[in-house]
Amino acid sequence: MSETHSPTALPAGQTAPAFTLPATPDQTVSLDDLRGKPVILAFYPADWSPVCGDQMALYNEILPEFHKAGAQLVGISVDGVWCHAAFAGERKLHFPLLSDFEPKGAVARSFGVYRDKEGISERALFVIDGAGIIRWSFVSPLGINPGADGILEALDNLGASAPSEGATS
Amino acid sequence: MTRLAIPVGSQDHVQGQAQAAVTLVEYGDYECPYCGEAYPVLKAVQRAMGDQLRFVFRNFPLAEMHPHAVRAAEFAETAAELGKFWQAHDMLYENQTALRDADLYAYGLRLGLATDVVRQGLDGRFDRKIKEDFTGGIRSGVNGTPSLFINGLRYDGERDIDSLVSALKQAARDAIRPRAATHR
Repeated sequence: MSETHSPTALPAGQTAPAFTLPATPDQTVSLDDLRGKPVILAFYPADWSPVCGDQMALYNEILPEFHKAGAQLVGISVDGVWCHAAFAGERKLHFPLLSDFEPKGAVARSFGVYRDKEGISERALFVIDGAGIIRWSFVSPLGINPGADGILEALDNLGASAPSEGATS
Repeated sequence: MTRLAIPVGSQDHVQGQAQAAVTLVEYGDYECPYCGEAYPVLKAVQRAMGDQLRFVFRNFPLAEMHPHAVRAAEFAETAAELGKFWQAHDMLYENQTALRDADLYAYGLRLGLATDVVRQGLDGRFDRKIKEDFTGGIRSGVNGTPSLFINGLRYDGERDIDSLVSALKQAARDAIRPRAATHR
């Protein structure tokens, strides 16, 4: 389960590919909408699988720390919007889950973190600065929740370039 | 990454000796069922390791998911002020499904903590200590509860008695061998 570190994930320094994905049945979120502040993209394989649940639930608990650093968090998987809605409702998630559902996995592919064989995305993290540049990326073994220490360190390293007035979502 | 950011110190709840060959740190949540499953396992691991092991418990309440977790942590911290942390810790894990305030007051009485003392302990005075444990955990790569660290490194292996004891014994052997290996 853990040997497949993706060598293809977009590295730091590259511009994050633009995307627009549904967050709910009638709302979409574009990366452009999030410009001006750091963004954390958390790709994960699937709603409901226990490890994913833990990862998203953990990030939900840590959300205030991310906001303190001025950053917005979005989760992305290939699940549909209704599935996301049920998952977010059940876990009481306070951040958007985007649906990379049609064409399936297109955004994961553009970030180099799609797993063709299983038809899901890697468990991959990207920290993108306010100008849309990837500043840190990390692919975790599929079965291992990567925690949040790497994200917070990356946000620390954005340092003075990231205004941190404690944004709220 | 995945390395304990806050060294074990005087702020910690500790069982075992500082000079023990291996230190196991648990980040736990009193309402988390997986921590509840780990509780008897860790007891057995402590028995198996004896003097070789120092065990440390730190708070990592997942408050959004577990509405009673922070209060339970406050209760244990209250008991700690009176030298009864581990009795409280054990009582909470042995009664994980009954963690409402009324239950906590009842546990307090069983431990010899007057209702007033428990009430004061639940008034937010331990928020900072619990929050410090929590943020230290995040910075260390805690990725859910329970998260275990063996001599400062996050343990991602199986959480059964045999796997844990063998990982701890390995860490103890590594610690006794040339210390140079620990400086990276």
